[in-house]
Amino acid sequence: MASLEINSLVKKFSETTAINDISIRILDGEMVGIIGKSGAGKSTLMRLINRLIEPTSGSIAYNGIEITSLKGKNLKQWRSKCAMIFQQFNLIDRLDVLTNVLSGTLGINFKLLKLLKIYSKKEKIEALTYLNNLDLSDKALQRVGTLSGGQQQRVAIARAMMQNPSILLADEPISSLDPKNSKVVMDDIKKINKKDGIMVICNLHSLEIAKEYCDRLIGLSDGKIVFDGHPSSLTKELAEQLYDLENE
Amino acid sequence: MNDSLLKRHITIYSEQLRSRRLWNIFIILIFAVSFFMSSSIIDFNLSQIIDGFPRLSDYIVKILPNLDINLILENSKTEGSIQYWYFNFKKYAALLYETFNMAVLATLMGFIFALILSFLSAKNITPNIYSYHLVKRILEFLRGVPEIIFAILFVWALGVGPLAGIIAITIHTTGALGKLFSEVHENADLKTCEAIRSHGGNWVSEMRYGIIPKVLPNIISYALLRFEINIRASTVIGFVGAGGIGQELYLVINFNYYEEVSAIILLIILTVITIDISSGRIRQKIIGEMGV
Repeated sequence: MASLEINSLVKKFSETTAINDISIRILDGEMVGIIGKSGAGKSTLMRLINRLIEPTSGSIAYNGIEITSLKGKNLKQWRSKCAMIFQQFNLIDRLDVLTNVLSGTLGINFKLLKLLKIYSKKEKIEALTYLNNLDLSDKALQRVGTLSGGQQQRVAIARAMMQNPSILLADEPISSLDPKNSKVVMDDIKKINKKDGIMVICNLHSLEIAKEYCDRLIGLSDGKIVFDGHPSSLTKELAEQLYDLENE
Repeated sequence: MNDSLLKRHITIYSEQLRSRRLWNIFIILIFAVSFFMSSSIIDFNLSQIIDGFPRLSDYIVKILPNLDINLILENSKTEGSIQYWYFNFKKYAALLYETFNMAVLATLMGFIFALILSFLSAKNITPNIYSYHLVKRILEFLRGVPEIIFAILFVWALGVGPLAGIIAITIHTTGALGKLFSEVHENADLKTCEAIRSHGGNWVSEMRYGIIPKVLPNIISYALLRFEINIRASTVIGFVGAGGIGQELYLVINFNYYEEVSAIILLIILTVITIDISSGRIRQKIIGEMGV
């Protein structure tokens, strides 16, 4: 079975060590929640997996292929294989929903025509299908800037799906959303995980939601793993220690 | 607050005030010295200006048209009518149209070159540091040389006519807009670029979808400002034979056709006003409606 293997991964930023000797093995089809307070290294870990930033040392491998040494075309292929969604959505506000979703194909299948916003019919239909699955097909030609936060995050999910990903990395997908929209977005992510069998790695600051949606939790503190297991085995004491708070 | 603390605050405050005042005096002194130094270098003296002033108004009076209120609407044969003043209107209109087209072409071409180069010369998004420095130096050269120099060069190489002017203004526009555009890019938020990169998108895609939609409103307003500047530039550049209404203006000034000077200048001013008004509208429209 395909898996993502991280071995003694270290990332230092001039003074601080953001990721301190982490080793994890995540299997295909798992939905993993990464928990911990801000500054624990959650976002850094995501960006290391996608190779948006370079590790100081250690290795990341997917299906036995070393990721940390990929270059050029192979690197871009890897990035498109592990789709990412962000806390602030990172969409192109001034462009319409459909073009935003189609921009997900820039990595797998780059063509000069795409710079003129000309995409193939097949890709457009695919994009509309994903939007339809997320109940957004009626918004396809609206400007992204005019949508609500929850709708924007679902556009970002559709964009991620356009990449035909093997892994979905979600970096705090719901922290700028209200509870109702949070539920819609998390349900959509869960659906992608269960129906399409895509591995999901999700940074969450809300323990409640992490427990509700994830099959496995990994607790990070000061760049180190302090918990790895089923949500039910996370004790109250450990959870409090993770967040440094009494009632999170 | 007790008394001794209050006293200490007052001493600190007055000390700060004194040092600030000294600093201000120092700055004023530097200004005064540099003012007198530079004015002595360029032989600046007030009496020369005062002496010259009547001559200035003489010239203005000379170029004013000789209009007669009773004959103002008469035909072009009658002295004192507007038609007599603008007997050459058709020629002016054609030349003004040529000037306008020179500015349009030069602005469009300069815009395209500047946009391409600006991505290379913006520190936050440049693909590598060598291209950053190289392109920055190239842009400095392009806008450092006055366009009239380029115009003289191209008139000499390509002959008299608007082509030389268009190329000269294009070069200058590329340099000027390239610098402004790259500074706009440097202020852009890179979140969307990160997203495109995370899809596996290449550098060109990042620029196209991450930067352009975001910076477009600013870029358009700089380009329209440049267009106004280029209208004036393409007028002046005609003085060295690079086409347009400027060439005609130079001619009538040299031949002392006084009334024609004012006729042409008035037309140029009207054109600039029209463009100023419409460019504001165009900009609003583009920013409001266009998603590129």
